[in-house]
Amino acid sequence: MKARTSFFLAAALATLFAASTARAQEKLEIFSWWAGDEGPALKALIDKYTALHPNIQVINSTVTGGSGVNARAVLKTRMLGGDPPDSFQVHAGQELIGTWVVANRMEDLSSLFASEGWNAKFPPGLIALLSSRGGIWSVPVNIHRSNVMWYVPANLKKWGVTPPKTWDEFLATCKALQAKGVAHPLVVGENWTQNHLWESVALGTLGPDDWSALWAGKLKFTDPKVVKVWDTFGKVLACSNPDAAGLSWQQATDRLLKGDGAFNVMGDWAAGYMVTTLKLKPGEGFGWEASPGTGGVFMMLSDSFGLPKGAKHRDAALLWLKLLGSREGQDIFNPLKGSIAARLDSDLGKYNAYLQSAAKDWKGDKVVGSLVHGAVAPESFGSQFGTVMEIYLSGHNAEAASSAAQAIADQVGLGK
Amino acid sequence: MSWRKHRNQLTGFLVLLPSMILIGIFVYSFIARTIWSSLTDWGRDPSQALALEPVTRFIGLQNYRELFTGVIDGRFRQDLVSTVFFTLFFLAGCLLAGLLLAILIDHKPRGEAFFRAIFLFPFALSFVVTGTIWRWLLQPSGGVNRIPALVGLPPRTFEWLTSRRQVWRFDWSSLPVASAIALGLGLAIVAALAYRSRRRGGAVAAAVAAALGLALAVLLRGYRPLPFPELHGFNLAFVGIVVAAVWQMAGYTMALYLAGLTGIPEELREAAVVEGASGWHLYTRVILPLLAPVTLSAMIVLGHISLKIFDLVFAMAGPDNAYTDVPALLMFITTFRGNQFAKGAAIGVILLLLVALIIVPYLRSQLRREVSR
Repeated sequence: MKARTSFFLAAALATLFAASTARAQEKLEIFSWWAGDEGPALKALIDKYTALHPNIQVINSTVTGGSGVNARAVLKTRMLGGDPPDSFQVHAGQELIGTWVVANRMEDLSSLFASEGWNAKFPPGLIALLSSRGGIWSVPVNIHRSNVMWYVPANLKKWGVTPPKTWDEFLATCKALQAKGVAHPLVVGENWTQNHLWESVALGTLGPDDWSALWAGKLKFTDPKVVKVWDTFGKVLACSNPDAAGLSWQQATDRLLKGDGAFNVMGDWAAGYMVTTLKLKPGEGFGWEASPGTGGVFMMLSDSFGLPKGAKHRDAALLWLKLLGSREGQDIFNPLKGSIAARLDSDLGKYNAYLQSAAKDWKGDKVVGSLVHGAVAPESFGSQFGTVMEIYLSGHNAEAASSAAQAIADQVGLGK
Repeated sequence: MSWRKHRNQLTGFLVLLPSMILIGIFVYSFIARTIWSSLTDWGRDPSQALALEPVTRFIGLQNYRELFTGVIDGRFRQDLVSTVFFTLFFLAGCLLAGLLLAILIDHKPRGEAFFRAIFLFPFALSFVVTGTIWRWLLQPSGGVNRIPALVGLPPRTFEWLTSRRQVWRFDWSSLPVASAIALGLGLAIVAALAYRSRRRGGAVAAAVAAALGLALAVLLRGYRPLPFPELHGFNLAFVGIVVAAVWQMAGYTMALYLAGLTGIPEELREAAVVEGASGWHLYTRVILPLLAPVTLSAMIVLGHISLKIFDLVFAMAGPDNAYTDVPALLMFITTFRGNQFAKGAAIGVILLLLVALIIVPYLRSQLRREVSR
């Protein structure tokens, strides 16, 4: 009796031990800020990965907080402490390059791009944003568009206006709407959504070439052309609601839909909110145009995953990156996330009407990167841009804001 | 023979040794490391900011100079001003409310223990919980603003945390001259007092110092640290944060005062009443002076909380609302979002100095008292 018990015990222990060693060998830790509304999209990807590689256990390390504000701080302490996750989410472009690539902490993925044939599958403008120092540094999973202006078609019809094509037209439309009793035609939300509005105004005023030159360090912030952006921005902001600071972007969208305002400039995750959460039909419940002066230009931001040096499970991480860059992986993830695939060959039948229109623009438009969402400027600049905004808002002094922006650009070595 | 004499001291030393070593490593060496980091350029060169082995250069006090006089660090200066205002209102609010509650409870009303527990209860919450509760209460279109509507009045429209109004504004560039004048005048008053109490030497020294302060003001007259006027003042968005912080800490102050009140012998009160003191005089002339040490301790404890405050503001207004920013939040953002490690360390050192300004004189006076006993 006793012998049998101990035999069972030993057997159980042995199984446990075997199981734990098997698990210890095959693991993959992915680090992201996708929780809540975005959780199901990530889960679908992980499920697919587990189906393809059943022997690998996926550890999903998520740190919540919109746009990764908290995740990035946690990631930094982990990287500095010598404990990198196997693959982590990061905004494609300078947010990765300016922080981690220049610090020599990432592996070059050029060979992966070559072996998977991705150089022909992603648009060249995107590859250029991902590249620096002769390497490609992350795999883009999705694409969001920053320069979109939203409206309610029925309301515009009621007020007798059409979506403006330039910022000058916008200011005229704003006056016309105010004459009809719409006190604040533009709806804006808390601080970062104002920065978000700024990048649309800047792109519309400067045009795509000067916008890119600004981030390459070839055009100075103190240049009269850029100073003028602040003046236009001030006039545009004068059309907006005074209680902006207290509204989240969703609340700002709600205001628009209630008819308290006529227009709202927000990234196209707003379409996801209106379609999925509010059950509105694209084109009827809400309409969209490229924000004024930016027709034919696609200001993109993209979530991507990279491979840090010293990843403990490098092979499993490479398999993960292969799935992320594949057509199948992108078409599993993006319809759930409410974004479009970064690849040009995605199956459009899986996407809603807004996303189909965005995908069409993605193929045809000129691609530039977003400031607020980490594509064109390093974190050291982006995190201080709020200070520039405060300087402008406190005195509406365009010169002061421009010289502060240039001082920060010099300090962080923008474009170098 | 002699080692026996020292045995007690030796055991004492050995018992203290582990904690001395641990505190030396985990407190003082990290303070030293932070001070050293704040004197380097760690973070200025992005390629070194997060490198495995960052190469940093010693640049002296440049980070501090930029914080106080650099064009792009205006947010830090506003944060300093905000902290000073916040500390003043928070201290005043807690001391007044705490004293009032303590006196009420000290009158032994019915259900005294119940009320004492109720008043003390907020202190048991963490600042994050308090912040979340008050964030909801202070929504511009709900919560506190709706209270008048309960009795049929129109709801209030104060914007609380989202307010962008600023009062009592002054130009940062005028601060050196203003503080030199204040210093000079303060010393002049000290000189006058010393003269009146016939301490000639002290009076002359203070008078000379006062004259130097005023001369400094004249010298600094043309000094403009910033190229354009930069206005700072009290952000009205802080009103809500002061309310929440006082709500949390007033109960604690009350407990301190209650302990002080029970320590006052009954005979003293009776004697005062026999001498014909009114209730008001009993408090202003007898009890409050006896509570002065309690007030001082409360000010020290509350003062260092308010200088370091982070979690309450983070929970109530988030890290990105510049109108409710405090230095501790800015330190976090500068370090972990902006990758400006050296500048973040410099903000940390300034915070440490501010707290030391309060704590060190207190510790010194406490120690001296212990020794003189």
